[in-house]
Amino acid sequence: MFDHSLSGRERVFVAAAWVFSGLVIVFLVLPIVAIIPLSFTSDSLLSYPMPDWSLRWYRELMDSPAWTRALKNSLIVAVGSTCLATVLGTLAAIGLNRRSCPWPILITAFLTTPMIVPVIITAISSYFFYSRLGLTNSFAGMILAHTILGAPFVVITVTATLKGFDQNQIKAASSLGARPIYAFRTVTLPQILPGVVSGAVFAFVTSFDEVIVALFVAGSQQITLPRQMFSGVRDNLDPTIAAVATLMVLVTFGALGIAGLAVARRRRKFKP
Amino acid sequence: MQSSTYSTEPELRSGNISGLRRDFAAAERRQKTGSLLLLLPLLLFTIVFFATPITGLLFRAVHSPEYASFFPNSTEHLQSSGSFNERFYETLFLDIRSSDEARTSGRVARRLNQDQSGFITMVKRAVRASRSAPEDITSYQSWFLDLDDRWGEPDYQNAIRRAVPKFTDFYLLATLDMKRGETGGFEKSPENQAIFVNVILRTLWISFSVTMICVLLGYPVAWTMANASKKWRNILLLGVLFSFWTSLLVRTAAWVIVLQKEGPVNNALQTLGLIDAPLQLVFNRFGVYVALTHILLPFLIFPLYSVMVGIPKDLMRAAKSLGARPVRAFFSIYVPQTFPGLSAGAILVFVLSIGYYITPALVGGPKDQMLSYFIAFYTNNTINWGLAAALALNLLVVTLVLYSLYQYIIRDKRLRLGGDDV
Repeated sequence: MFDHSLSGRERVFVAAAWVFSGLVIVFLVLPIVAIIPLSFTSDSLLSYPMPDWSLRWYRELMDSPAWTRALKNSLIVAVGSTCLATVLGTLAAIGLNRRSCPWPILITAFLTTPMIVPVIITAISSYFFYSRLGLTNSFAGMILAHTILGAPFVVITVTATLKGFDQNQIKAASSLGARPIYAFRTVTLPQILPGVVSGAVFAFVTSFDEVIVALFVAGSQQITLPRQMFSGVRDNLDPTIAAVATLMVLVTFGALGIAGLAVARRRRKFKP
Repeated sequence: MQSSTYSTEPELRSGNISGLRRDFAAAERRQKTGSLLLLLPLLLFTIVFFATPITGLLFRAVHSPEYASFFPNSTEHLQSSGSFNERFYETLFLDIRSSDEARTSGRVARRLNQDQSGFITMVKRAVRASRSAPEDITSYQSWFLDLDDRWGEPDYQNAIRRAVPKFTDFYLLATLDMKRGETGGFEKSPENQAIFVNVILRTLWISFSVTMICVLLGYPVAWTMANASKKWRNILLLGVLFSFWTSLLVRTAAWVIVLQKEGPVNNALQTLGLIDAPLQLVFNRFGVYVALTHILLPFLIFPLYSVMVGIPKDLMRAAKSLGARPVRAFFSIYVPQTFPGLSAGAILVFVLSIGYYITPALVGGPKDQMLSYFIAFYTNNTINWGLAAALALNLLVVTLVLYSLYQYIIRDKRLRLGGDDV
């Protein structure tokens, strides 16, 4: 931990930096961790010390049609938009990284703007646009809007894996008689799969955690988990919120774990 | 024979070359078409479902067709003569009557009311009175003024003048607390409408403060991470990543729970005897700073860290061996080398925080709301879409300018997403 060439005074500085960094990490982690036990309280107050442990609030969640429907809606929208974003984003990234592609930098910049435009702007412009097409208050509208937000992540992660991909392999495959689709499936896809999977996870998490578009585009039949949570935090803060938060932490890290495993396995497989 | 050889040979040669060239060109075209075909679905999708809606939104910031479309007679009069004379009131009367039949008077009233409040009642009253108006009105002007004096007041007449053009800078000027006066020159908006410069400054100030707090907290963390052993580096990184990947809403909810009056922080402070009564830690500016810093800190740490790991350690040793005191060596040798990462991270944090909506909406009080909140407010609560669009335009311009700056800074490959070190 300490570099022995340091003077006494420098060691004090280094130690101070360590203590400070530790505190910052505690600041980052502790509030999230602190609400997990609160979801198991038997009390209706969100505070320590808790009188007793109980699964009361999880039972309440399972029994509440509003929350279960919100979970179902979130999954429908997230899965739908992830599929769409992954297919569109992967194809676009492959097109962008071919040598014959015109203006790749400009087009990449355009395709990734939804990532930096404040979501409130995307949300209200979608709201105005969709209301003319009859897409507000519909799953289709939600999926389309979330695809816009998720696709840039796929483009970026797939582009990153394509940088290390030797395009000549495609030529080799086609010179051996492989049709383009077969070559893609057997040569390109296995190698860029880590990028595709992590892009898909990004897209999924983006959609699963998205509130603002949901506030404007979704109707009462499409209320998603984050939106339900938003109204919960705003209007009526009780331990069900802590229980949902705990479940959402689990879902996010479950998805990340799956992605991590998939990427690690692929890496091992392709190590020479 | 000879002549035929002469004549065919060049033809043959040129035929070969142009054939080859044609083949090459065709192959290249095929390649290009192939790339475009792969690109096209997302490109079209983004154009239709992202670029078009945004363009449509921005169009609303300068488009106000209500008055000209639904009050055509008085529009024509004002555009030709421009004065509020008897003829104006006559055409206005005609417009009020026909808009009553077409049920469009409400939209015009709302548009006028956005500029000068009072118009909704004025128009409503005029519409109702016009139904029972006598056939032979001698003076339309006095008919209107008898209904409501305000039809003759300059403030209200100027509002009508401003509502006439189909394309207007009214909303954009309103976001800067300005409007056009009688002669078309710029004026300050009246006090009760002049709230937006304040909101814009507040948004910039909150974002700036959050950025500074992130720099102060993030710099030592990135430094420690970059100089730690592999094991400790991973532990610290895991902490940052855990927070980074946790749902934004979960983190915001966590802060509301942790900082509320009965929450753990107040509990702990009271148990320790540091305070007697619980402190107000959330639903105010403090809560906004804490929650936004918590959410945005990883965006500062990551680029900074990826620059710091690339800085060779012997430079500091060299500076010290040449006699520089450690503090001086740190600030004059080490810190300047981290500027690319520092500025990239700082701009990223700033850009992200000026657009935040959810977090300030949930952990802030009424005086801590930022631009995004007002965009949502004017879209949903008070239907004033022109103003919402104009505010969105402001936010978008600031965001895009800063983002271009960010792109310029991260030309450096190490900082790019998916770059070598990340």
